[in-house]
Amino acid sequence: MSSLWDVTLATLVKDIRLEWRSKDALNSMLFFSLLVVVIFSFSFDPNAEESRQIAGGLVWVAFLFATVVALNQTWARELRNQVLDAYRVSPASPNGLFLAKALGNFLFVSLLEAVMTPLFIVFYNLRALGPAWQLIPVGILGTWALVVNGTFFAALSLRTRSREIMLPLLLFPISIPAIQGMVEATRILLAGDGSARFWIVLLLTYDVVFTTASLALFGTILHAE
Amino acid sequence: MTRQPDDPCAVKVSNVIKQFGRFAALRGVSAEFDQGRFHAILGDNGAGKTTLLRTLAGLAQPTQGSISIFGKPPREACREIGYMAHPSLLYDEMSGMENLRYFAGLYGLESDEGCREVIQAVGLDPALTRGVGQYSQGMRQRMSLARAILHDPKLLFLDEPFSNVDIHSARDMVGLLKRMRDAGKTIFVVTHQALLLEGVADEFVWMQAGQIVDRTETVNRGSVQ
Repeated sequence: MSSLWDVTLATLVKDIRLEWRSKDALNSMLFFSLLVVVIFSFSFDPNAEESRQIAGGLVWVAFLFATVVALNQTWARELRNQVLDAYRVSPASPNGLFLAKALGNFLFVSLLEAVMTPLFIVFYNLRALGPAWQLIPVGILGTWALVVNGTFFAALSLRTRSREIMLPLLLFPISIPAIQGMVEATRILLAGDGSARFWIVLLLTYDVVFTTASLALFGTILHAE
Repeated sequence: MTRQPDDPCAVKVSNVIKQFGRFAALRGVSAEFDQGRFHAILGDNGAGKTTLLRTLAGLAQPTQGSISIFGKPPREACREIGYMAHPSLLYDEMSGMENLRYFAGLYGLESDEGCREVIQAVGLDPALTRGVGQYSQGMRQRMSLARAILHDPKLLFLDEPFSNVDIHSARDMVGLLKRMRDAGKTIFVVTHQALLLEGVADEFVWMQAGQIVDRTETVNRGSVQ
């Protein structure tokens, strides 16, 4: 039998190939985030200090909504032609599929963040007063928190009739601690308001707990009817 | 329950009931199917043929009763099972070879040669680079069959493999299945085109209203086994 790593890698490569050819998730995420940046920048006219206070919230809300778009796409392609059944009848580990989907989403959302962050900086005239390098772990841990939960709940809502509605309803409430962590850590680092250590540790703990729980439960979700 | 070495029974179904809400798709199905035989499952729409096949393949759990595949529950015997559904179970954006390479990985098969061989066995060209979504319906069906037999399973569950396939291609597929049966594979085919299997199938299993109502050696129901 293939190892977990082999299955994860094969599925991840397959998902990247499919996304590269269709660009379904990336295009939707990009246009959505772009709209958020432009609309917010027209709606508010903050000075530099106000920008530092609100940018964390704006950035992460934009990424959160964009992530939901990607999450719906990533499972939708498994439903076309019922391809998921081919995986379900194989001896491959369910967690291989879960990890590949989560890593793929992480990659796509990170790509989006890499494109959108400079735009946020320009539109909101942002300059970090705190240790800016700490935004990197906040970004990585925050993005993983969004995609690991999102991948799990997107799979959970896969067979529901209105899954596009179900996913945010399930995902957003459970993501509140992580969102608070991301927003507060980003605000502190941009405004130079002390240490973001507590929020970074909170994000790390959140990631460990929800990654473990998702891996433990995904097999049941995959084989549920 | 473990299988005795000389046990000819490949599939044993004991009083299986499958309910979807209040609707019972299978109503107490009990049967034993010998190995190395070609079983054609016939019946009107809604008779429970596809549900029976999905339950045997481990994709649906019986509400009541049990199924044993070579002495094991279906999911434990998944390596021995090849499953072809009415949809293709293939990714439209990937070529046939790319699809098979991915699914081979799920079974721990590394060699491209094996993928090429099964594609040629179903009468397609492994060098085709266009996506499966651009294949004709008949080509998609053949590629779907190639995916099902890729890991050389002992047991094949095929749901309407000849639908939308021209008569020549269908006869080619029947010829391939006959050779596989002669090589010792156990084959189950759900079809509405029973005449195609006359002289090839060893047994015709007739279903009606979620039950097996008859088992005959010819396609004429007057003939008793």
